[in-house]
Amino acid sequence: MTEPIAQTGGGTTTAPGAPVLDVDPGIKTASSPKTAPWEERHTSYDVESFEVPRGREEQWRFTPLRRLRGLHDGSASADGAVAVSVRAGFGDSATDLAGTGTRHETVGRDDPRLGDGGIPADRVAAQAWSSVEQVHVVTVNEARSDDEPLTITVTGPGAGETAYAHLQLRLEHHAEAVVVLDHRGSGTVAANTEFVVADGAKLEVVEVHDWADDAVYVGAQHLSVGRDATIRHTSVTLGGDLVRLSPVINYRAPGGDVELDGLYFADGGQHFEQRLLVDHSVENCRSRVMYKGALQGAEGGTAAHTVWIGDVLIRKAAEGTDTYELNRNLLLTDNARADSVPNLEIETGEILGAGHASATGRFDDEQLFYLMARGIPEAQARRLVVRGFFGEVIQKVRVPALRDRLEAAIEAELEVVGV
Amino acid sequence: MSTLEIRDLHVEVETESGPKEILRGVDLTVSSNETHAIMGPNGSGKSTLAYSIAGHPKYTVTKGQVLLDGEDVLEMAVDERARAGLFLAMQYPVEVPGVSMSNFLRSAATATRGEAPKVRHWVKEVKGAMSDLDIDPAFAERSVNEGFSGGEKKRHEVLQMSLLKPKIAVLDETDSGLDVDALRVVSKGVNDYKAASDVGILLITHYTRVLRYIAPDKVHVFVNGRVAESGGPELAEELETNGYERFTGAKEEQPA
Ligand SMILES: Nc1ncnc2c1ncn2[C@@H]1O[C@H](COP(=O)(O)OP(=O)(O)OP(=O)(O)O)[C@@H](O)[C@H]1O
Ligand SMILES: [Mg+2]
Repeated sequence: MTEPIAQTGGGTTTAPGAPVLDVDPGIKTASSPKTAPWEERHTSYDVESFEVPRGREEQWRFTPLRRLRGLHDGSASADGAVAVSVRAGFGDSATDLAGTGTRHETVGRDDPRLGDGGIPADRVAAQAWSSVEQVHVVTVNEARSDDEPLTITVTGPGAGETAYAHLQLRLEHHAEAVVVLDHRGSGTVAANTEFVVADGAKLEVVEVHDWADDAVYVGAQHLSVGRDATIRHTSVTLGGDLVRLSPVINYRAPGGDVELDGLYFADGGQHFEQRLLVDHSVENCRSRVMYKGALQGAEGGTAAHTVWIGDVLIRKAAEGTDTYELNRNLLLTDNARADSVPNLEIETGEILGAGHASATGRFDDEQLFYLMARGIPEAQARRLVVRGFFGEVIQKVRVPALRDRLEAAIEAELEVVGV
Repeated sequence: MSTLEIRDLHVEVETESGPKEILRGVDLTVSSNETHAIMGPNGSGKSTLAYSIAGHPKYTVTKGQVLLDGEDVLEMAVDERARAGLFLAMQYPVEVPGVSMSNFLRSAATATRGEAPKVRHWVKEVKGAMSDLDIDPAFAERSVNEGFSGGEKKRHEVLQMSLLKPKIAVLDETDSGLDVDALRVVSKGVNDYKAASDVGILLITHYTRVLRYIAPDKVHVFVNGRVAESGGPELAEELETNGYERFTGAKEEQPA
């Protein structure tokens, strides 16, 4: 739908044994790192084992460190806390969890279950891990019906305050749940969110970041995928001064199936960054990644900036892997910048398929003209096009109530930015 | 009763080597219940005229007027022109991924009619119009023009005309790329709308074939950015036999 102004199929694409490579034609290598990020990937719970980022590091080169309010260098001090509520159902009709096979506990950071999802891979995540006072653990030990989604709401500490947060969502063996994970409010937050999905379990989660204008949120999402487990994770970023999300997929056993979808809409002054790592470390797992972003700088003013890094690693042991990742960005105004860097590293030829694609394009004036030539006013026409652009992501959300929730959030955002 | 008046219209496009004049003084008047055919060689500026009437941002009017019932069309935004009763069936309809045909049609009808059509009526109306044009109902759920064949796109342009009910419709090569059966269906669609309304039609075409179905009251030969000659249907027959040579050869050369 967009007129492509840049296509990147960056990074290293090595393919011993010539696997099926389904890479967009016309891809040219863009600003890709010299060493693949995972080669130097260090994980630890200990904040001091990470150097203070200076901004040149591959991991941090896109992030305006000055806007992190000290989360990255130890100078931030936690003077607030996030509020976490867990309810069954949506909105006003939500009820508490009593009598269900779902439990919400608060525990200390020494709880032995913590880390089942994954281990921090950057300094801010390690800082949050070692500084947090109260960890929320939500355990699902039942097959919940689609009509009874869990709504977990995380509310920021308030303007001018800083909080560390840690949430673990556990789906036990063969459990099933549909979850809305809502983030909102003000303040500065560094967080770890673990999704531990046991063998045969199924999780469909929509994670919404609709922070107030002042908020800074830096979060690591650790997704652990058990044998034959399924995760559909849709990440939606609409609000906040700076939001940086780093989901990592850890496959624990064969048969894992993960779809990571995302949608972000940045307006003037906002920095939204998504850094994904899909680590295919075991055989016969599948991953599909589709992120779409729209950007609109402020009228005559500050630019909008988004960053999307999609690292997919297929390790030697991961035979039978099937993976595809895609990122598309739609620039609604000129004062907007979308960085998009897909990286695909393949260490075995015995795979089913691996591909990546990325494109960033301007808003298509021909589409606008066509719609307006049928009488549709400009604002509404632009809205139709943007909605259409995001539609592909929204349609992948299987549960209608979640889809409605998403559409409503986008509608509200379009209203706010006046598209 | 409506009238579209085009007076001494001059239009430029921006090219790499500066602005280039494409329309060089077009004069043309189309009124309700009239069908005018425009025929002319490739590149003579027919689509430019069509787009300029609709207000495509690529074209700059440097001189002249376009009036709809005395109102200055050139002062109107693209959507205002459509709501004022102008319609352009495009030579190359645009694909709009992610926007369903049904959503698009309803949005357009709501805009041009000034209020949302009643759901039950609307569904029936669309179904009927689609079936008149032999369009499979499944198209309603597909994205606007996306992956449509050339002929399917043209049918949908006529579908839109019949639903949006313009006062004046410009059909830019709506007959091109249609197989014989489709040409009959699409022509019937146009004729049905003519019969049901007072529409004035400006039919841009390369082929006299379509004029056997949609009978023109007037035929204009369009050469080098202006109307070179106007006449009755017999002019089309002459073009069929002799081509444009009489107009291109004899007319003044344009400066290079
Ligand atoms: N951006 C541009 N730069 C240079 N020339 C242009 C540009 N846009 C249009 N033109 C020229 O304007 C002229 C008129 O084009 P137009 O599409 O109106 O022709 P037409 O009569 O509709 O032709 P056809 O019968 O092939 O549809 C053509 O010669 C075309 O190349
Ligand atoms: Mg043309």
